[in-house]
Amino acid sequence: MLLWDVALRAGAGPFELLPRPLAVLSAIGELAQKGFLVKHVVASLFRVTWGYVAAVLVGIPLGIVLGWYRRGGMALAPLLEILRPISPLAWIPLAILWFGVGDISAVFIIFLASLFPLTLTAMNAVRGVELVHVNAGRNFGLRAPELLRRVIYPAILPQLLVGLRLSLGIAWLVVVAAEMIAVSSGLGFLIIDARNAGNRYDLVVAGMVLIGVIGIALDATMRSLERSKALAWGYTAVIDAAP
Amino acid sequence: MTDNPAVKVRIQDLSKSFQTNGQEIRVLENIDLDVRDGELVCILGPSGCGKSTLLNIVGGFLPASSGEVTIDGLPVREPDPRRIFVFQERGVFPWLTVEGNIGFGISGLPPKEKAARIAHYVRLVGLEGFETAYPQELSGGMKQRVEVARALAVNPDVLYLDEPFGALDSITRLVMRSELLRIWEAERKTILFVTHDIEESCQLADRVVVLSARPGSIRRVVDVDMPHPRDLSSPRYLALRDSILEEIGLAHRI
Repeated sequence: MLLWDVALRAGAGPFELLPRPLAVLSAIGELAQKGFLVKHVVASLFRVTWGYVAAVLVGIPLGIVLGWYRRGGMALAPLLEILRPISPLAWIPLAILWFGVGDISAVFIIFLASLFPLTLTAMNAVRGVELVHVNAGRNFGLRAPELLRRVIYPAILPQLLVGLRLSLGIAWLVVVAAEMIAVSSGLGFLIIDARNAGNRYDLVVAGMVLIGVIGIALDATMRSLERSKALAWGYTAVIDAAP
Repeated sequence: MTDNPAVKVRIQDLSKSFQTNGQEIRVLENIDLDVRDGELVCILGPSGCGKSTLLNIVGGFLPASSGEVTIDGLPVREPDPRRIFVFQERGVFPWLTVEGNIGFGISGLPPKEKAARIAHYVRLVGLEGFETAYPQELSGGMKQRVEVARALAVNPDVLYLDEPFGALDSITRLVMRSELLRIWEAERKTILFVTHDIEESCQLADRVVVLSARPGSIRRVVDVDMPHPRDLSSPRYLALRDSILEEIGLAHRI
């Protein structure tokens, strides 16, 4: 913060055009006062929640099934591999074509952005489950549905949580971009609108700061889930395996 | 069902081969073995002789290429909760506590009965005070005990142990052997115990089945008619051990 302020006072190059920290703070205050702060934050979180939850509900069971039934996995893997490196933002024109300009398009983009990493994480995690654990489960008389619930699911949970955290991060990145194009609320819209309607760069940076702070909060929430004692084995194993 | 009611596990003319890169590798050849109810049989052989494969077939995890395994006269086709396979301590579920692991196979019991059964086996394997510990907080020997307790808790009639103490240090291994004998004498399960350790087989078994190198076939079955506890320096024990060493073709001097 101090560096930011000092750099501006020194008038260093392109930073000259940046608003001062105080101006940004007062911009956030202005947003809060007018009720826009809550409105935009809630709008963004709302889209992320729906898109992300839908991706979790589809992607994780899909990934588990693809990992468990290897043939199905091998048939679909090339398709997933082709779709995965396509930036979710490339889907925006199609999303608008299918769902029009509005919430559904933005939610769809977030859904896609989270779906691929979640599916692939779950699939690879299932494939990596130790055969002794699967065999032990079978030995105690478990068959597919019970085996998935009592052995496969807990075995992949540590990896799954890392995947959930990373894909939530992606979803949060993507919502901002989607809102710049497809909707008229949310933090992404706030940034683009502040620029278009009068070059209010204090509001632009205020939006960026809010995005960063909320992103950290989301990440910290997900990380706290990983600290459960029943999961610790999954993370120490990774450390042990490192040279 | 069988001609001899005392026979528990019967392995008949069992062979197994694997396909690797289009080549057929014969792993087991014409294994015939009867294991009596309540007997502790060690299957002894050098690394790679197919003894683990044999145990996996008997356990129902692998199909035989020819021949058959029957238990109580019924052919084995898949794993069965009445016969539990104890892997090296790697088989414990790291996401469950000691209690959770031991209770894994008895989730269908009423809670009170389940708790009583878990408490009984925690005591039997000497893990009191560690009920809520996770496997990563336990030593190798303790994890091994958890796995044995988990197996015993479902009250199986046969236990398969695949080099269960192989990963333990030599002192813990000795302790675990006498623990196993104590438990076996208390519960009288039929036990098939795979090992490459001659001493171990002589210390534990009623009979030692000596396998040849690949393809594994039975070279000799040695009766160990010594009561437990065995005196490991008695001439009889030493003579027995040496005869197996000779059978395997190793001189008993290093």
